[in-house]
Amino acid sequence: MADCGEPDGPDNKDNITRSKNEGKELTKEEKQRLRKQKKQQKKQKERKDEKGPSETEKEKTPVSLLPPRPVATQKAPSALPAPASAPIPVPASAPFHSSPTPSPADKPAKSKAELKAERRARQETDRASKQPGSSSSSIKTKAPLSELNPVVKRLPEHVQVDDPAVVKRLAKKLERQQIPLRSDYGYKVSLFSHLHQYSRKAPLTQQLSIPSTVIHPSIVRLGLQYSQGIVAGSNARSVALLHAFKQVIRDYTTPPNEELSRDLVNKLKPYISFLNQCRPLSASMGNAIKYIKKEISNIPSQCKEEEAKTKLLQCIDRYIEEKIVLAAKAISKYAIEKISDGDIILVYGCSSLVNHILCEAFEKSRKFRVIVVDSRPRLEGREALRRLVQRGISCTYVLISALSYILPEVSKVFLGAHALLANGYVMSRVGTSQIALVARTFNVPVLVCCETYKFCERVQTDSFVSNELDDPDDLMVTRKGKTQLENWQDVSSLGLLNLVYDVTPPDFVDLVITDLGMIPCTSVPVVLRVKNLDQ
Amino acid sequence: MPGADKEADLTERIEAFLADLKRGGCGTGPIRGSGETARETTALLRKVTAQARWSSAGDLMEIIRKEGRRMTAAQPSETTVGNMVLRVLKIIREEYARSRGSSEETDQQESLHKLLTSGGLSEENFRQHFVHLKANVIEAINELLTELDGTTDNIAMQALEHIHSNEVIMTVGRSRTVEAFLKDAARKRKFHVIVAECAPFCQGHEMATNLSKTGIETTVIADAAIFAVMSRVNKVIIGTQTVLANGGLRAVNGTHTVALAARHHSTPLIVCAPMFKLSPQFPNEEDTFHKFVSPHEVLPFTEGEILSKVNVHCPVFDM
Repeated sequence: MADCGEPDGPDNKDNITRSKNEGKELTKEEKQRLRKQKKQQKKQKERKDEKGPSETEKEKTPVSLLPPRPVATQKAPSALPAPASAPIPVPASAPFHSSPTPSPADKPAKSKAELKAERRARQETDRASKQPGSSSSSIKTKAPLSELNPVVKRLPEHVQVDDPAVVKRLAKKLERQQIPLRSDYGYKVSLFSHLHQYSRKAPLTQQLSIPSTVIHPSIVRLGLQYSQGIVAGSNARSVALLHAFKQVIRDYTTPPNEELSRDLVNKLKPYISFLNQCRPLSASMGNAIKYIKKEISNIPSQCKEEEAKTKLLQCIDRYIEEKIVLAAKAISKYAIEKISDGDIILVYGCSSLVNHILCEAFEKSRKFRVIVVDSRPRLEGREALRRLVQRGISCTYVLISALSYILPEVSKVFLGAHALLANGYVMSRVGTSQIALVARTFNVPVLVCCETYKFCERVQTDSFVSNELDDPDDLMVTRKGKTQLENWQDVSSLGLLNLVYDVTPPDFVDLVITDLGMIPCTSVPVVLRVKNLDQ
Repeated sequence: MPGADKEADLTERIEAFLADLKRGGCGTGPIRGSGETARETTALLRKVTAQARWSSAGDLMEIIRKEGRRMTAAQPSETTVGNMVLRVLKIIREEYARSRGSSEETDQQESLHKLLTSGGLSEENFRQHFVHLKANVIEAINELLTELDGTTDNIAMQALEHIHSNEVIMTVGRSRTVEAFLKDAARKRKFHVIVAECAPFCQGHEMATNLSKTGIETTVIADAAIFAVMSRVNKVIIGTQTVLANGGLRAVNGTHTVALAARHHSTPLIVCAPMFKLSPQFPNEEDTFHKFVSPHEVLPFTEGEILSKVNVHCPVFDM
């Protein structure tokens, strides 16, 4: 196995680079060969390094350098949260605080290879100790931990833009999947240097090579719609995503010698990376994707292809029906109980769910007035205004800076949410937290409407750690023919910040209306737990 | 006749000033700063003092009161006009009292005592004629003018006491006083400024470009992001249009939100206001002093088909 790759080396490389340039998908064999080559190179490097000064190491591990043969040494591993997965790139320069029990003070500074060797050994022992019956004493204390899979939280890439190693890793992954990498644009405010900031004028699709058989055309179209803002709003995005996936499934044919369940999931991975590059995935989209992947992998292998495809399509339809359409109906039923005649209701931006509720309430002949609050630069409220006025609801329209003027006459505030986090915080369009704050000051009840499929297990306390930065050029405005910020790029100390989301603390929110009922904000983790048990 | 010419000239100037006030206040937001208004008002009142015909302090005060009422009626939201008129009246009273020979402190004490004991109208009816009253009054008004010129600098000189290095400061919209304040501090300290543009007029943009030209690290954010970034802000420094008698502010739209957010995060809020913005008006209820401008800034006429069915509000000030 170790040798078969070598003699073909140069030929293979040509083939692979050629097919990459042509935009053809690498066949499975070519991919395997690539992988093997890389492993060879790694092994050769390590062998060379190891020939350097190799002292007497306490663990007899020259053998364990060759991965991965589990060496059950009796050495007690030090208490380290050792990363369990080997493919973490070795060049990750994070200083592994290797405090092995042989005190490093006695020995001369170990070479990098020796540290690597020790680490590998520890990983092997960890893996070995996962099986019961291992005799190391301190392993027993670690046993409960290691049985749960030593968990190293993998941070999503899109919040680690300032870490060059992560960016490199992403670039490599995208190259493998043949998806272009989108470059950041403009001066980023230092507080947000860990996030991406793209320009709308440079869509990703311009960098795609043609013809591209790697990415399905409906996905390309979807990605473009996302990045240009044509499809916006978490429900709309999820539904569009699911429809695009349905198209992909319809056009999919299983290659020979492959199982549908595994291959389809692998096919979807580059699509998801592409969409992520166009616009970071929302929590609702993430949940939908998880569901689809689960459904695909649950397809029994004996299933015929046609049958499997229809089943999948039905699953997706059912998901949309249940989680979005019916949920909206249920939520409006609960919400209408909360709307009484003579109410003056304040809404912010354009939330499909809140608009739906208001239209339903109007049809049930409740008498109320609506105040639509809007904010620059997206000005989504105008869309909501159009929809409501077309139904005949009497509306008022203000900008968010006029909030404290208009709030004394408001009786209720209805807000939509993009996601509900596990610590009760509501993640929604930027400005929502402001509205909740001022409403709480004026003692106006704030009701958030959110379907359960948007509940998310993340925890966030402020709007900085994970957010989306929109095109900063949107903040420019031309009044009386003069654009003040026209040359903001030229001025080095000027930055424009265009946030998309913010988080609202749960004490500003009085009630969350979901399809499961009306719950307080802090019950979100309970709902998540119940949902996980169900699945 | 030269006298009549001068009078005509004077009335012409007053008319021009009134028209300017009326125009400048509405439409696209204040295009003249409050400082300029104050200065022009004072200059105009000086001219009135110089050129109008009056024989005693009482007459002068009547004339000035009349002009003052006309000016405030032209633009009620521009309170600096009224403030300046009140200052000038006070100057006249002081000069009169000084000319009469009694010192100010005893005068005040006397008047209080007199109020309590006599209970009748004060004898001060400003009827006496003094030769040098005119000159004194004009001199005092000149002093007032020089004071006005120096207010921004005086405020800016205190900047270093309030800003330490590596701070993040938030400000709202555009205020010349705050701009001078920050620029002065930037000469010695390095800090970061976040400017909230103030829709719909977006004066924050101009403020940001001015600040960044002097090398201050500036960031422009949308109004909606004020609460989101407030947790990282160390101080909020704002300017205001008026400081009311109960300590409240009448400031640009959106300031109330900033104040609430700052209170939530326990961030100190500093207001830079020159003394001609202090006003004796008292807000009895929230709505008394609002001013609105054309809502087309908010919802442009291109959205024609729904305009007729929608109410649009565009308040300029926040209480």
